[in-house]
Amino acid sequence: MAKPDEVGYYRQEELLKADHQPPKTGWMETPVDFRPGSYIYPGKAKNLKILGLPNPHEWAVTDADWKLPEDWQRIVLEGMAERLKKYRSFKLFMDTCVRCGACADKCHFFIGGGDPKNMPVLRAELLRSIYRKDFTTLGKVLGKLNGARELTADVIKEWFYYFYQCTECRRCSVFCPFGIDTAEVTMIGRELLGLLGLYINWAIEPVANCYRFGNHLAIPPHGMVDTLEFMVDDIEEATGIRVEVPLNKKGAEILFVPPSGDYVAAPGIYTCMGYLLMFHELGLDYTFSTYASEGGNFGLFTSHEMIKRLNAKIYAEAKRLGVKWILGGECGHMWRVLHQYMNTVNGPADFLEVPKSPITGTVFENARSAKVIHIMEFFADLIRHGKLKLDPSRNDHIRVTFHDSCNPARAMGILEEPRYVIKSVCNNFFEMPENTIREQTFCCGGGAGLGTDENMEMRLRGGLPRGNAVRYVQQRHGVNQLAAMCAIDRATLVTVCDYWAPGVKVTGITELVANATIFKGEKKRTLNLRLEPIPGVHQDEDGKGGQP
Amino acid sequence: MKILVSLAAVGLLFLVGLLGGLGRAGEVVFGVLIPYPALVVFLGGLIYRVLSWAKAPVPFRITTTCGQEKSLPWIKQAKIDNPSGLPGVVIRMALEVLVFRSLLRNTKAKLYPAENRLAYGTSLGLWAAAMAFHWSMLVILIRHLRLALSPVPAVVTFVEKADGLLETGVPVFFVTTILFLAALVFLLGRRLLDPQVRYISLVDDYFPLLLLLGIGLSGFWLRHFAKADVVGIKELVVGLASFHPVLPAAIHPLFFGHLFLVSMLLIYFPFGKLVHMPGVFLSPTRNLANNNRRVRHVNPWDYPVKTHPYPEYEDEWREKMKAAGLPVEKA
Repeated sequence: MAKPDEVGYYRQEELLKADHQPPKTGWMETPVDFRPGSYIYPGKAKNLKILGLPNPHEWAVTDADWKLPEDWQRIVLEGMAERLKKYRSFKLFMDTCVRCGACADKCHFFIGGGDPKNMPVLRAELLRSIYRKDFTTLGKVLGKLNGARELTADVIKEWFYYFYQCTECRRCSVFCPFGIDTAEVTMIGRELLGLLGLYINWAIEPVANCYRFGNHLAIPPHGMVDTLEFMVDDIEEATGIRVEVPLNKKGAEILFVPPSGDYVAAPGIYTCMGYLLMFHELGLDYTFSTYASEGGNFGLFTSHEMIKRLNAKIYAEAKRLGVKWILGGECGHMWRVLHQYMNTVNGPADFLEVPKSPITGTVFENARSAKVIHIMEFFADLIRHGKLKLDPSRNDHIRVTFHDSCNPARAMGILEEPRYVIKSVCNNFFEMPENTIREQTFCCGGGAGLGTDENMEMRLRGGLPRGNAVRYVQQRHGVNQLAAMCAIDRATLVTVCDYWAPGVKVTGITELVANATIFKGEKKRTLNLRLEPIPGVHQDEDGKGGQP
Repeated sequence: MKILVSLAAVGLLFLVGLLGGLGRAGEVVFGVLIPYPALVVFLGGLIYRVLSWAKAPVPFRITTTCGQEKSLPWIKQAKIDNPSGLPGVVIRMALEVLVFRSLLRNTKAKLYPAENRLAYGTSLGLWAAAMAFHWSMLVILIRHLRLALSPVPAVVTFVEKADGLLETGVPVFFVTTILFLAALVFLLGRRLLDPQVRYISLVDDYFPLLLLLGIGLSGFWLRHFAKADVVGIKELVVGLASFHPVLPAAIHPLFFGHLFLVSMLLIYFPFGKLVHMPGVFLSPTRNLANNNRRVRHVNPWDYPVKTHPYPEYEDEWREKMKAAGLPVEKA
């Protein structure tokens, strides 16, 4: 018998029956249903202690008493008042919503689940109702009639449930006529919960790891050596090429920062093997860092302060190693941080140089100040200049679609580079329906710290819109792979595709690039980076593979 | 419940104004004594609200990008939906404010469980009603300048002519009057009939809609049924506008009901949702260029935080690092 943290527990026809009719009771009178599979376990005290966060304590979501600090109401209200003064976004988003409802069916959790509190407008109202009661005239006068309510322990529980049912994907903010960004509301909501010592362990443990080890997965420096060496062997088996692994190399030109998911878990590791191969082929003077071993930053899912605390290592390491500029790997939320926050929180990076491709000479003016570029910007430029020797037919057995990851799409706008790269290395590329790609892309359902198995029901529900779009191109075009430049996608979309569109595999883009690249000195390629035989390529009598 | 409270409130306010208009003393109160403070509350309140937002800094540049970024020169940038500088931002904001660009993207998602299919359709009802309402409102406001200004500026006469292009009825029916009322009815109907929108609606949603409907209907009635004496009304409004209030005799009492609702709208405006009007201009996801990596954004309240610097990291792992052949700072 499957358990709520297992996919087998959920029947598709049940999930598809998501009821979008609001309940009879008003939302303030509808209590939270903490059913297993729909919430995430609390942050463990040891992790809070590592980070020096307030009120570390052991508790369970199902406990009646969450052991809040004695003066918790004062803490929350003062926390709100402080943030209303510090963030124009927060103040404005509390005031300007007209409840037009345009955002309602833009949220993947609402579409796949039907819980009205997953409509972005109502998610924000959970916080706004307290704001009205304590900070607005109308709310004080009219009270509940105008959506104002007292701050009670139940409100805190409701916040915890729904602010950890938002993946901060910002899809709703594309449609909002006032540009209200629920990610901003959720981030502040999570900060307020954090003041009481309430976190989810699946976010705060990676944060604690990231703080101590430099990466979410707690890979120590010597562990990273082993991990990458292991890949070197696999690369050699697939290509006959022995690549080097520059680590903590002083004086290198480029510091390369990937998401740590690519070090250890399939299919991310194949993308990491792709990085190693491509950089070797290009003769790039680069280095990985064990200290800045992760660009991913679960601080983004924790608090604004934590963004800064975790991300500081990147510029610091670039300075220590004396590199000229920084190259970022395929990660989603990492790119929100590197693009929208790093320069502000950890800059100015005046000790670095404007990124310049050593191969093409292209100067990346768009990164003139932050000195960090995306690997797809880097590859697109290389391919445009004909610097990669590509044989896209090696990927002919792949019929690929591209999933725009939320943050690169809506907090950066890197839409064409990955498409250009994919089309250059794959002959069969198919877009998903237009309401599900580019700035309208749907979340994988597991971003912002929600991609854990104990949250399986919400992941499958939240993954429904994406899964459905994948299923559509699978049926229509025979799509069998989904490419995504995000480590969380590469972890969570495997589950989503297996469930909603079985048969579609997930891949990083660099994996596709490396599989299509003709490397100097390679042996006849009969295996791809997954060490699977490449369909259509057979062993010749002399033991070398060849195209049929 | 919330709509009934709102309806009762608007009805009561209207009656108060109407009854006030029946007596001379009431005329003074509702024609002169209330409009002035109402205007003061409106202007003062709006300024206060806008300043309260403007005072809060923008620590991070959090543009919502809705198209291709500016990157490599051969990749076509979406200059409006993902602006990289001021011109793009100005156009983006102009489209947002003038044609409700984001609302124009609206879709309706529908799940068909039997077919395991999720479909999206365009959904422009809300956008059309919002456009009809806001633009009609603007035209109506311009038309009303006729009552406050003497001589009447040419632009007002022009707008009035254009608006009366139907040339039916005496006096002529204005297109915007019809659009204004129809849009309000649609918006109210949507709020009541769409189960999700109804679920989230507050007094702050119903009251302004009903108040505006009351203003629209009473204005319509004044012009077309009561055929109120425009000369007298103009005398009153011109007097108010020039701070020399006069109170001509024989103004239709309905006018005072109308005017009192307008005064109430002015007073209510800065306190509730209607502040979205100035608010939209300050929205940081829309009014900032997406050039974070090219131009550094400074957080005015930035403060130092506790980090885990490299020397501490190396202290913890030095021996293991050396054993693994990794270079270290301190041997």
